[in-house]
Amino acid sequence: MTKTCRVRVKVNGVAYDEEVEPRLTLVDFLRERLALTGTHVGCEHGVCGACTVLVDGRTARSCLMLAVQADGAKVETVEGLAPEGELHPIQMAFLEEHGLQCGFCTPGFLMAVCELLEDNPGPSDDEIKEMLGGQICRCTGYQSILRAVHRAAANQQAARAARTTLRA
Amino acid sequence: MKPPPFEYAAPDTLEEVVSLLQQHAGEAKILAGGQSLIPLLNMRFARPAALIDLRRVAGLDGIREEEGRLIIGAMTTKRAVERSRLVANRQPLLHAATRWIAHPQIRNRGTVGGSMAQADPAAEYPATAVALDAHFQLVGPNGARSVAAEDFFVTYLTTALDENEVLTEVHVPVLPEQTGWSIQEVARRHGDFAMVGGVFLLGIDSSRRCTRARIVHFGVGPTPLRSRDAEQLLLGEAPGEAVFAAAAAKVDEAIDEPLSDVHASAEYRRHLARVLTRRGLAEAAGRVA
Repeated sequence: MTKTCRVRVKVNGVAYDEEVEPRLTLVDFLRERLALTGTHVGCEHGVCGACTVLVDGRTARSCLMLAVQADGAKVETVEGLAPEGELHPIQMAFLEEHGLQCGFCTPGFLMAVCELLEDNPGPSDDEIKEMLGGQICRCTGYQSILRAVHRAAANQQAARAARTTLRA
Repeated sequence: MKPPPFEYAAPDTLEEVVSLLQQHAGEAKILAGGQSLIPLLNMRFARPAALIDLRRVAGLDGIREEEGRLIIGAMTTKRAVERSRLVANRQPLLHAATRWIAHPQIRNRGTVGGSMAQADPAAEYPATAVALDAHFQLVGPNGARSVAAEDFFVTYLTTALDENEVLTEVHVPVLPEQTGWSIQEVARRHGDFAMVGGVFLLGIDSSRRCTRARIVHFGVGPTPLRSRDAEQLLLGEAPGEAVFAAAAAKVDEAIDEPLSDVHASAEYRRHLARVLTRRGLAEAAGRVA
């Protein structure tokens, strides 16, 4: 076995300090070392998007990152979207619009939608397709996912407006 | 589908990177964004003894303008290029090419230098670099040297980089005045690897004559294919369907050993190259006031 390397990484707000083989991918680190199995392994060459997480706030294919590259970084996975027992507004929207069936692709979609709505709170269909074009779903046919994203955007806008009203 | 074992280092300086490359005598690979290398590792198509990660080396990313050129650090992500006002304004062709690359998730980590060094025959950036007369800064044990894009791409996945050299910067001239541009691409789905694409530049003077032309295709051969005969044909001519069709025919002649695989046959690639030439030249001409 090759010499191990140290990885200090914050995942969903929790700090970890681990020794890993350099060849351990980030997705395997999350799933096997940290038991965060919400992130899924699909193609292992970056085309399916099932492994998508947020690294320092930006989507990344965790199958195309080595755990050692995450040293010093902040990672967010689907488990971090909402506390135990609750649903994030984006998750709620997917539930309401039936934006998932088997759920295998869903964590990757959710993290990509997080980044999309952070950058663009009211995306058009084309903008959604541009952002989610790299996420593959074999079940839904994507239409319900589009509806879910619009719903999530609307839900988040409404929540923002409500907070603003309360503050005023 | 897991990577084979390798040693790993993330040095802080370029000197250390070069030194490590020398130590491993051609058995080490540079890790930039990893969006091309890690799939190869996962599938065990690459089995380097060591990976040298550039992420901690300061000064390898960033975009600035200097004396009519954009200086782009090799570790600059495609996301940064896509979001750069400077690139959008001063080199819109490079900006447009960036948006054709894969998907946002890949562009978040994939780097400019990585694409150039990977030299995939179906990639947008190498062809764009050739069309724009870009230059590459390479740093090795003997110091720094500059290589023109046209000399940089040698064959499939092979560049002029010596086994002990690192690509540090890409220098791209800003778009000259009175120059139209276009990038065309056909892929099975948006974001897939191109089957065939083309990058086009047309300099057109006030009498509507073509003073400069660049026609570079990707996906038709082992490296970006520049069609000099097609370019020559356009010089002094007024833009128009007939002359663009003639240029397209010259492109077809220039295609020597087209790639042919499950994605597209050689014959189909030739056809695409011709069609994209006509479309690309028309679009480029339309962009000149």
